Amino acid sequence: MGFKIVKKRVLIPGRVTEVVFLAPDIAPTAKPGNFVIIRVRENGERIPLTIADKNPEQGTITIVYLVVGTTTALLDLLQEGDEILDVCGPLGKPTKIEKKGEVVCIGGGTGIAAMHHIAKGHAEVGNKVISIIGARTKDFLLFEEELAKFSAEVLVATNDGSKGHKGLVTEVLDSYLANHTVQEVVAVGPVVMMKAVAEVTKKYNVFTTVSLNPIMVDGIGMCGACRVSVDGQVKFACVDGPEFDAHKVDFDELMHRLNSYKQQEELSYKQFCECHGKEKKN
Amino acid sequence: MPEQDPKTRIHNFSEVALGYNLELAITEAKRCLQCKNPTCQQGCPVDVDCKTFIRFVAEGKLEEAYLTIQKTNSLPAVCGRVCPQENQCEGSCKLAPTGQPIAIGRLERFVADSYYAKHPCDDDKKQKECIGPKSRHKVAAIGSGPSSLTFAGYLALRGIKVTIFEALHEAGGVLVYGIPEFRLPKKIVHTELEALKAMGVEIKTNYVVGSTLNLQDIFDQGYEAIFIGVGAGLPRFLGLEGENLIGVYSANEYLTRVNLMRAYKFPDYDTPLPRGQNVVVIGGGNVAMDAARTALRLGAKKVYVVYRRTQQEMPARREELHHALDEGVRLKVLSSPVKFLGDEQGKLQKLVLQKMELGEPDASGRRSPIPIPGQFEEIVTDLAIIAVGTRSNPLLLQATPQLKLNQRGYIEINPDTGETSIPNVFAGGDIVTGAATVVLAMGAGRKAAQEVAKRLKLTA
Ligand SMILES: Cc1cc2nc3c(=O)[nH]c(=O)nc-3n(C[C@H](O)[C@H](O)[C@H](O)COP(=O)(O)OP(=O)(O)OC[C@H]3O[C@@H](n4cnc5c(N)ncnc54)[C@H](O)[C@@H]3O)c2cc1C
Ligand SMILES: Cc1cc2nc3c(=O)[nH]c(=O)nc-3n(C[C@H](O)[C@H](O)[C@H](O)COP(=O)(O)OP(=O)(O)OC[C@H]3O[C@@H](n4cnc5c(N)ncnc54)[C@H](O)[C@@H]3O)c2cc1C
Ligand code: FES
Repeated sequence: MGFKIVKKRVLIPGRVTEVVFLAPDIAPTAKPGNFVIIRVRENGERIPLTIADKNPEQGTITIVYLVVGTTTALLDLLQEGDEILDVCGPLGKPTKIEKKGEVVCIGGGTGIAAMHHIAKGHAEVGNKVISIIGARTKDFLLFEEELAKFSAEVLVATNDGSKGHKGLVTEVLDSYLANHTVQEVVAVGPVVMMKAVAEVTKKYNVFTTVSLNPIMVDGIGMCGACRVSVDGQVKFACVDGPEFDAHKVDFDELMHRLNSYKQQEELSYKQFCECHGKEKKN
Repeated sequence: MPEQDPKTRIHNFSEVALGYNLELAITEAKRCLQCKNPTCQQGCPVDVDCKTFIRFVAEGKLEEAYLTIQKTNSLPAVCGRVCPQENQCEGSCKLAPTGQPIAIGRLERFVADSYYAKHPCDDDKKQKECIGPKSRHKVAAIGSGPSSLTFAGYLALRGIKVTIFEALHEAGGVLVYGIPEFRLPKKIVHTELEALKAMGVEIKTNYVVGSTLNLQDIFDQGYEAIFIGVGAGLPRFLGLEGENLIGVYSANEYLTRVNLMRAYKFPDYDTPLPRGQNVVVIGGGNVAMDAARTALRLGAKKVYVVYRRTQQEMPARREELHHALDEGVRLKVLSSPVKFLGDEQGKLQKLVLQKMELGEPDASGRRSPIPIPGQFEEIVTDLAIIAVGTRSNPLLLQATPQLKLNQRGYIEINPDTGETSIPNVFAGGDIVTGAATVVLAMGAGRKAAQEVAKRLKLTA
């Protein structure tokens, strides 16, 4: 079955790309919070990517990825009309979305794409959505326009101050929570960011959901590669998550485990770059 | 049967047992007494007519031998390699008491390998005898392990269209993701799968039933019956301190990386794998032996198998245990893991063991291990593999609340028909019994297929 790419759009040149492809059996059941596992070539690895959007009428789903290593780089070689070898999903438990009032959704890096689908879900059931997005600099911000379509407000933070607040998303969050009553905070992004968000919201005692991104293999609960500690218990992020109560997650353990294959990932990417005549970027 | 020398084989992933040649096979087959009332067949969970196929081998008629086996067994090359024959056909052979039963498993393997060598079913020109779908009936199987493959093979032979939905990108279940290449070459599994496809069986990979689609969707697509053969794939952990350190793996993950993802060929294959120097495998079953022998082949200096009872109580097949010991795997028995210790980067460094002794026999007559107070041991290790069993995978079960489960969380079936609490939905294999064997899974697939054939009014 061909997972044919119908649209490819560079969001941040050389970094982040959005791909819309045919997946007629996945699109109708995909919900916010779900992800897919893809494989790009016969000898390829299985990697998880969030379903950033879907279009059941056209039978397509959207993914947004950052090129960080071999598999994402291989994916980036594919063009409109090409097919992705394997796509399995929708996986993971969907986000619990119910009408509850005001929800703040925070995204960092490519996490903004995943957050976008969740935020849209909250808006669709009538919650007031405040979106907070952050990046190193304004050119690396994603989905600002799309979020503006359904968010009551889109707040921006950049490290270099090129747009919005100069500093971190957590500072924007902190001052927002100081003046507003919020029912839930959702954060998707780098682990350090999610950990910092959890610390801020704890202060205000606001229920917080994070979407974790551990290394996965099968994505259907058969290996335990994706295990995380939540409230002192082992959970498999692919089937029990990937979303969990931020105040109960052991973020430090997750950060360690993400480094499990650092050396081998570098070796693999170096080989890829040599084969494809690319400079390794950081 | 000839085998690769242990010193050579720990450096490769090629098959350990080399198989008979024609002369050896005929000599072995001629030892068969051709009993009037053979007991071997009763020992076989899928009812292979051993007596007849062995007679054909003795006469050098390998085609006929193959067709005899294939009547009831759709995966003979696999079964000949991985079945615990000592408890089945060979265990029931009238010569068993002499200690020299007929080597039925080896003969079965020889017959299947010879047949496939002559008739590669993927070669179009030779497909005349391969049967295609003839009837308008269609049925579905979920999962592509031995139970589903047998279910599919039985019905396809009778002209029914069968579609298999498999969650992973490659079909075969444990045969491809669990059992290592050196015991069951993937090529063998592929040949068996090609033989099924040539009979009209369709295999749809990347379909997770319970998420991509559910049982009702399958019925809505016009399938008249569904067989659930999703295995017992959820790995158990020990619940010990330090179990999430980098370097601690479930056997499922370790073996999946090596077998399904071919990580032993990294970096030509993209999936990385830890190459442990001092490896500890926890558990005493076949899965533990497979993990330990795999680690050796990947260059480990030392591989320990840690088990809390003694060698006598180990559940692994004798043959597998001996293969492991011959290859240099060391046993650390009467030892029970207490905690894993790591460094600041979260990397595994040591495993702490509690020394045990065997106590009084319990109700089952087995002597249970009890800790010796104050006696601990530390092993330096950079790779620990936990092989202490699996449980039912909840994904499909949670998505299908109408499906009745037993107390252990496995699917409850009618033992006569294989049918679940949902009409026309059948189940079998590890998802019904808990982790068992290839041939028992096949037997369950066959039983359900017979019932389906009956309901669709086909002659069995
Ligand atoms: C549920 C889930 C959803 C995800 N959604 C997205 C998404 O929508 N878009 C996206 O770009 N990425 C997403 N990720 C992360 C993505 O899976 C990894 O970036 C990818 O596996 C990297 O593969 P690679 O071969 O290109 O790089 P690798 O060579 O595997 O890794 C290169 C670098 O990326 C880091 N890395 C590896 N795996 C992960 C991971 N799982 N999470 C974070 N960093 C990792 C490594 O530490 C290393 O520094 C998601 C992860 C999960 C678990
Ligand atoms: C390492 C190892 C070594 C073994 N060695 C031996 C041996 O030597 N001899 C022996 O007889 N037995 C052995 N066994 C046991 C034997 O492999 C199993 O008993 C047998 O494979 C069970 O078959 P099954 O058909 O029930 O399912 P499995 O082989 O477990 O296959 C189930 C399939 O279903 C798929 N699946 C799961 N959930 C879904 C879903 N929701 N939708 C779609 N597909 C799904 C899985 O991906 C998998 O491919 C071994 C097991 C292991 C793990
Ligand atoms: S990725 Fe294998 S269990 Fe979650």
